[in-house]
Amino acid sequence: MFLIHCPYCGEREQSEFKAGGEAHIVRPKQPTELSDDQWAEYLFMRKNIKGVQFERWVHTHGCRKWFNMVRDTSNDEIKAIYKMGEKPPTK
Amino acid sequence: MKNKYSIISLIKNSFSYHENWQKAWGDPEPKKEYDIVIIGGGGHGLATAYYLAKKHHIKNVAVIEKGWIGGGNTGRNTTIIRSNYLWDASAGLYDHALKIWEKLSQELNYNVMFSQRGVMNLAHNLQDVRDLKRRTHANRLNGIDAVYLNTEQVKKFCPIINTSPDIRYPVLGGTLQRRAGTARHDAVAWGYARGADEMGVNIIQNCEVKGIKRSGDSIEGVETTKGFIKTKKIGVVAAGHSSVIANMAGLRLPLESKPLQALVSEPVKPIIDTVVMSNAVHAYVSQSDKGELVIGAGTDDYVSYSQKGSHDIVEGTLNAILELYPIFSRMRMLRQWGGIVDICPDASPIISKTPIKGLYFNCGWGTGGFKATPGSGDLFAHTIANDEPHKLNAAFNLNRFISGDLVDEHGAAAVAH
Repeated sequence: MFLIHCPYCGEREQSEFKAGGEAHIVRPKQPTELSDDQWAEYLFMRKNIKGVQFERWVHTHGCRKWFNMVRDTSNDEIKAIYKMGEKPPTK
Repeated sequence: MKNKYSIISLIKNSFSYHENWQKAWGDPEPKKEYDIVIIGGGGHGLATAYYLAKKHHIKNVAVIEKGWIGGGNTGRNTTIIRSNYLWDASAGLYDHALKIWEKLSQELNYNVMFSQRGVMNLAHNLQDVRDLKRRTHANRLNGIDAVYLNTEQVKKFCPIINTSPDIRYPVLGGTLQRRAGTARHDAVAWGYARGADEMGVNIIQNCEVKGIKRSGDSIEGVETTKGFIKTKKIGVVAAGHSSVIANMAGLRLPLESKPLQALVSEPVKPIIDTVVMSNAVHAYVSQSDKGELVIGAGTDDYVSYSQKGSHDIVEGTLNAILELYPIFSRMRMLRQWGGIVDICPDASPIISKTPIKGLYFNCGWGTGGFKATPGSGDLFAHTIANDEPHKLNAAFNLNRFISGDLVDEHGAAAVAH
């Protein structure tokens, strides 16, 4: 239960959004050359961090745009929000 | 040796105003070294230690728990026990547990209050009907009791359900497993703790794991807040915090940890004598022996370790409860809480060896681990003691995410995620 500042619409309730899981997982450039281990790593394995984690979110009941979020999963505090394609904040 | 709990011991202790009962388990300081260390003192961890000592005669075992035993998801679930899962592998796993439940109070000499009051799963649309019928047939082929009920039979079995055809999600039918039911969750942890302690297992509470020491691909021990403990084998049963422990060992798991909520009402007279679950509208309810309605809500869709969960999830569940049971409209809720559940992509657990020698994981139970507690402990103990899975948990290995041989139980998991 928290508020999220959508980079397009402003501050809204979390229930308007949907979480899209860990961010910055890059789709393999040459899928045909991947081993089963590498596929498993890409498809299933997650950092699932307790602490500061980079995530994707979508404003489902709003502008329906995707964006990235840096959030502390131990207390749900949002540290930063940035648009898709932008570089993640380093601090 | 523990004194046996019986009517005679109850009478005997009443003469001393119940002030001289023997301690059910000790409070030891950790030894320097153990044969096996179990991380996580919930039901699954304590059951693992119990069966290691009882069936495999490995008694130099420690269970380390960062809080108090049974204070995590063991004490936070809605205590539902059933085995009506779709696939053969799951049916074997969960029915193994159910068979142990049926004799558990006698075995542990501890009343776990196992009550086979039946669990009914409702269907609200045509696809639900087809899925539940398919699951009923699959269950019966696996020797698990299951019957399909039409709307009238649902109403007869649980008269307070609103089966009117004009509600938003009308009840079109349901399945019933009569052997299913509930148990007292705390008692399961306490019963296993007492049994394990009696056989020499050390239960160490308020002891948090800070690191896992490896040399190459094998285990050397665990760093804890009570010092370093040497061991060659570690069994991790840390539920929502499994990934945290895995990260300490440099291992990646296919898990996401999310809050799952439950709530109880004020206590009332007996009104619902079974467990009713509805996957489609996401509401499930039973009544505790104290008279409280025990209501399970859904998971939030974001990763969180905050043990809170969102208000709108509770609101959605209560909306569904009120439509299905208009009689509850004036009930007041007493308590609400959240637990952190570790969810696998296929909604099935992992009871497995890992690429690191001597490190074993029992995790990924997601929203439905309580029901499996005795079976999970038994099979995990087997896996650790023999360094090989039992045939009942062979399918639930970590390797299935590489081979693609998943056990997809999203339909039977009953909590949508």
